[in-house]
Amino acid sequence: MMNNRNADTAPLLEVRDLSIAFDTRRGLLRAVDGMSFKLVPGEILGVVGESGAGKSLTGAAIIGLLEPPGHVSGGEIHFEGTRIDNFSREQMRQMRGKKIGAIFQDPLTSLNPLLTIERQLVETIQTHLNLDSGEARQRAIELLTEVGIPAPEKRIDHYPHQFSGGMRQRVVIALAICAQPKLIIADEPTTALDVSIQAQIIALLKKMCREHGTAVMLITHDMGVIAETCDRVAVMYSGRLAEIGPVHQVVKEPRHPYTRGLMGSIPAIGTGSERLTQIKGAMPRLKDIPPGCAFHPRCSEVMERCSSIKPIPVEINDSEVACLLYEKGT
Amino acid sequence: MNDLMRENSGVPLLSMRGVKKYFDISPPFLNRVLERKPIQHLRAVDGLDLDIPRGTTFSLVGESGCGKSTVAKLVVGLYRATEGSISFEGVDVTGMPAGKPLALRQRMQMIFQDPYASLNPRWRVRDIIAEPLRSFGLRRSRSEELNEVGRLLDLVGLNAQDGEKYPHEFSGGQRQRISIARAIASNPDFLVCDEPTSALDVSVQAQILNLMKELQEELGLTYLFISHDLAVVNFMSEWIGVMYLGRIVEVGLARYVFAGPQHPYTQLLLETIPDITMQKRDREPVAGEVPNPINPPSGCTFHPRCPHADERCRSELPILAAGASGIMVACHAVHEGRLSVYSAG
Repeated sequence: MMNNRNADTAPLLEVRDLSIAFDTRRGLLRAVDGMSFKLVPGEILGVVGESGAGKSLTGAAIIGLLEPPGHVSGGEIHFEGTRIDNFSREQMRQMRGKKIGAIFQDPLTSLNPLLTIERQLVETIQTHLNLDSGEARQRAIELLTEVGIPAPEKRIDHYPHQFSGGMRQRVVIALAICAQPKLIIADEPTTALDVSIQAQIIALLKKMCREHGTAVMLITHDMGVIAETCDRVAVMYSGRLAEIGPVHQVVKEPRHPYTRGLMGSIPAIGTGSERLTQIKGAMPRLKDIPPGCAFHPRCSEVMERCSSIKPIPVEINDSEVACLLYEKGT
Repeated sequence: MNDLMRENSGVPLLSMRGVKKYFDISPPFLNRVLERKPIQHLRAVDGLDLDIPRGTTFSLVGESGCGKSTVAKLVVGLYRATEGSISFEGVDVTGMPAGKPLALRQRMQMIFQDPYASLNPRWRVRDIIAEPLRSFGLRRSRSEELNEVGRLLDLVGLNAQDGEKYPHEFSGGQRQRISIARAIASNPDFLVCDEPTSALDVSVQAQILNLMKELQEELGLTYLFISHDLAVVNFMSEWIGVMYLGRIVEVGLARYVFAGPQHPYTQLLLETIPDITMQKRDREPVAGEVPNPINPPSGCTFHPRCPHADERCRSELPILAAGASGIMVACHAVHEGRLSVYSAG
């Protein structure tokens, strides 16, 4: 369903050849290197990869929250057809919250501990919508009801520390959706939560997405969350795109050797296997990313060319794979 | 506690009987007197019975705050139990000060969750690994010690030369290998592993889990494995104990528990783990959260979240008793036959 939509709908977000670099004393470090992908309205795109793969940086670049010395060093980001990566801080501040919402990993640090939930919600609502404080409070209560906070009329006057982790994340979601943005960047929204609470938050995100037609870019390291939630998934390795495609294709028939290793290394219930597939070694540090394909020193199907040629994504069915195994003519 | 466990392998390596650990979280004395605040206890572990047969992996699972890590610390003697007894090979070690008796402590070691915090950054790896050898007086000469450290590094998949380096020169997975090498240095029988892979990426987690399985086979180790990740537990363990608010609610052979969980909480846990094989299931997430252990609910502590709770559940604490397939369950609904049989398939 989503795939067809992907083909003929104008993309909501288009990232073209995005590179993010850090100026350091040891030289320029490329944390993200030539990422390209699209997101259509209402779609949930998962971005998965190990720590340091550049997932969160990609998300931060889209909402204009890259922290110096990190900066966009190449490529373009288009949102609703407008290029936004060269927006000024003020222009970007207007976008954030209104057009693009954000949910971060730790719900305690994304809320101000000194202000009541009401102050924080009303402030955000009034920034983006033209409502007086009474109406804004009413809207805030509606939002809290929508994200499933019991007794919202009472809870709205509480402080963040009076909420549990799962409830705080609901408040953060309420903040993110208060101006009905077209896109939400959710960076590891459930990583700090227990499994049973994680399930509640994921169900809530999916419901919000379905009811409001919001597109979500879900950044996580958990393939299980991706498989349950997303329409499409992008697998990142060392700042580059390894594979992107419909989630069932990537999960059931991963093509890139890294994705295959990644899928095999996840213990699954009901398989009863004696050993997990393991990828030897670990992801390289930013200062020593190998030439050619970044994955080649760990790859089980490495060829001679892999150490010199940097693979570019090749289209196969609905997926794109950046691996020399799938280059035309091989 | 569990007849099936006893029959299986004689005397258990470790057994715990009615173990309780309360933390005193009362306000200071003056506040209690002036503001009439009461003495308060947090019941981290509240009456735990456990048997771990030799040569097996026993896993404890549960959500944060259920008391898993407290159990780990009680077992290795980092905490002293408020009540109950812990015995290792039939010897009662409950009241012993940490690290005593030496001969027994040498045989139980621990692997911690965070490989960045559990290695001293100012020590060379060879000193980190040699520390247990020194403190238990296991090696006489310097060269003997170096040889042993080299052998241990080799055993966990690192190089003997790595001993000269400092911890910061290693990645998370390699650091966890160093922790494992240190833990097996004193030639223990029993390892307590407190979330050993939860700080690692999946591909590295796979390496460490495989290594732990290999070492278990090679060295005949017994593991107490603590994790919140059911898929990892399913991969690692023969036995599983599910904890909720300081108590075990279900315990049995892992393959039976995973095939037919009986306690509603275990069923909830199994249903809520995201699964890469079953895509986009529209599931009904169970509402509610783990209650505050300072003031736990009456009766069965799970009753506010349980879909099968009735009057008895709200007032009377269920005890662990045999359910189907030798699984022990603490649930009134299961014992009264009110629950229809659940199948995971």
